[in-house]
Amino acid sequence: MKLLPAAPWLTLAVFLVPVLAGLAGALLPAFGYLPALGGMEASLDPWRHLLDYPGFAKSVWVSLWTGVTATLLSFALAIGFAAAWRGSRVFTALQRLVSPLLSVPHAAVALGMLFLLAPSGWAVRLASPWATGVTRPPDWATAPDPLGLVFVLALVVKETPFLFLMTIAALNQVREREIVTTARTLGYGPATAWLKCVLPLVYPQLRLPVFAVLAYSLSVIDVALVLAPATNPPLGVLILRWFNDPDLAYQFVAAAGAMAQLAVVVAGIAVWRGLEIAVAGFGRRWSAAGDRGAVDGPVAAVSLAGVGLLWILGAAGLLGMALWSVARQWRFPDALPSDWSLMNWMRRSEALTDLGGVTVTVALVSAGIALVLAVACLEHEKRDGFKPTARALWLLYIPLLVPQVAFLFGAQVLLVAAGIDGGWLALIWAHLLFVLPYVFLSLSDPFRAMDERYRTTALCLGLRPSAVFWRVTVPMLLKPLLVAFAVGFAVSVSQYLPTVFASGGRLETLTTEAVSLAGGGDRRLIGMLVFAQSVLPFLAFLLAAALPAWLFRNRQGMRGIS
Amino acid sequence: MTETGRIGALEIAGLTIGIGGRILVHDLSVTVPAGGIVTLMGPSGSGKSTILAHICGTLDRQFSVSGTVRLAGRDLAGLRPEQRKVGILFQEALLFPHLTVGENLAFGLPPAIAGAERRRRVEAALADAELDGLENRDPATLSGGQKARAALMRTLLAEPHALLLDEPFSRLDAALRDKIRLFVFDHARKAGLPTLLVTHDFADAKAAGGPVVDMEDAGQASQQS
Repeated sequence: MKLLPAAPWLTLAVFLVPVLAGLAGALLPAFGYLPALGGMEASLDPWRHLLDYPGFAKSVWVSLWTGVTATLLSFALAIGFAAAWRGSRVFTALQRLVSPLLSVPHAAVALGMLFLLAPSGWAVRLASPWATGVTRPPDWATAPDPLGLVFVLALVVKETPFLFLMTIAALNQVREREIVTTARTLGYGPATAWLKCVLPLVYPQLRLPVFAVLAYSLSVIDVALVLAPATNPPLGVLILRWFNDPDLAYQFVAAAGAMAQLAVVVAGIAVWRGLEIAVAGFGRRWSAAGDRGAVDGPVAAVSLAGVGLLWILGAAGLLGMALWSVARQWRFPDALPSDWSLMNWMRRSEALTDLGGVTVTVALVSAGIALVLAVACLEHEKRDGFKPTARALWLLYIPLLVPQVAFLFGAQVLLVAAGIDGGWLALIWAHLLFVLPYVFLSLSDPFRAMDERYRTTALCLGLRPSAVFWRVTVPMLLKPLLVAFAVGFAVSVSQYLPTVFASGGRLETLTTEAVSLAGGGDRRLIGMLVFAQSVLPFLAFLLAAALPAWLFRNRQGMRGIS
Repeated sequence: MTETGRIGALEIAGLTIGIGGRILVHDLSVTVPAGGIVTLMGPSGSGKSTILAHICGTLDRQFSVSGTVRLAGRDLAGLRPEQRKVGILFQEALLFPHLTVGENLAFGLPPAIAGAERRRRVEAALADAELDGLENRDPATLSGGQKARAALMRTLLAEPHALLLDEPFSRLDAALRDKIRLFVFDHARKAGLPTLLVTHDFADAKAAGGPVVDMEDAGQASQQS
């Protein structure tokens, strides 16, 4: 147990050092220094090449507007829905419906929407020929569309449930009911009361998740590869192209691009911060002006319609892919396959087993390591009374706020230098960077909320701290521990860019394979990959819920502990 | 108050509230005349706050309720809390922590009162509550008595037609309690509001001076004088 005090430092080292080293590893080549490729002295050439690259400025603009718009829409829908429907049956029902979307990988949602909204997609099939009049796939540019609207929509489908559930978690920290009651007895409608009095109190706790969504949306690559227009794609796609260019001189341009991506995220966060200040100022005047409820109706209607539509799009996309995976024949414009078969699965079983094997192995190992580190940190915190500050939380969020491509590029350089690139070690470590923060965030609240007196009681009964941990803490917190593990598992399954960078193309997962096939037309194979990558995290969550429920089926006192 | 003409009695008739087969309030009938104060006395758990939540319209759906509540002859059943014109003060002042003291009072004012008149009303209310010059203060920096007075002002500025008091004095220390009590009762009477006070402190009931309904014998709870 001497190891325990080292846990926080070890944890920080696992993900802070690589991020910083990775950033340095991109910063130096961005200014011409990369000895392995003959870059020995500082120069601004990479930046000149970057700025001269046709379409660079356009890509920066596309990244900015799509990222900020997607975040704004997701935030507005999540907040509007919470404000108008909190406490209603609709709220509880949608909470149950959207939660599973959270564990589905971004790439799976993007592929589902591609094959739902494409000219030959399910949506057109369902409406043809009776409504559209077409009998063969039309040449509409619906998905991907030239403006990137479907790309934004896919991000909103994925990020709204996340922000919605983060809002619910934050609401537990304020006296929402009393506040809303006070405002309503003063004559305020429920949504107006919520927006004027509850939102200002919960927003500080939502800021970090919102920034994480913003940083992600401004720099996302896998969703962009599937849904963004190929001409003038978001910046991340360009950087990946340069990175994969056979002409090694483009490595320098890629490094400069990675730094530009970091600047885009910083600029996006600055824009958001500006909006925050403007909205806060407006909100104060709005609160003091006394309007009682003019916005209640519109907020309720728009948020319900929006959240409902998102759910239908996300679910229909995934369902469509599941149908493709068992379709033997599905002619346009039939609404459903005319012939069904499990043959697809059997014919591809070997490839799927290989891809699934890599995916599951990396996910199990990285989630396992993350869980051990997170538990060690939290247990150390309990035993030493070591209380981390709010600032420490920002450290945890760093891998989620810094764009992946900005430090994965440099980290790749380091992995090559260490001679461990392209192997399991590199792959697991790269996943751990993103798995660890989510596992920690998921576990820390229930771990810290456990009644301290149970531990004290056991200690006073003469148990050693390690015995207390195994015999009291672990059984009592079994469900949150398993849920945190499932969260880590799901995060790992969904990773695209870290897999591409760390494995150097030598190890493929379901996600990387699905994204790389997106441009081709093999809908059956993509359907199988999307189905598999959506079902795996779902199974993890199912087990996390079922196992404690079964083990403690005769323990009523364990039901409240979530 | 601008709408004094429409203010009338708060009438509770045959009110029974239960949850999960347990009866919390049985056949309660109370009439609070405009400008009068009625006290509901009882220990905690006797369903006092449940009655107030029902009058406000914020009672949880899982409670079963029968009986009527009328305000100035209007049945409150089916009205949303914000439509009832029933003001309430809780144990805690519940000033919104993100707004200044002045903004908290302005929050209560109807939106029709705008511009200079709005500012004037807020300033007058602040002066009335001996909070002159504290308009831009963070409510967290006020003393307990100042918070209580600010909360009353915010409630009255919303021009309620009835006032409910949910043990609003129990958190104040003894010396302050008498002063705030007088301040609140005084303002409620001046506004001509029917005021319903729930408390477990007999001194509150005595200071209110009106009829007292003892919730302990809730079985035959009825109005005494």
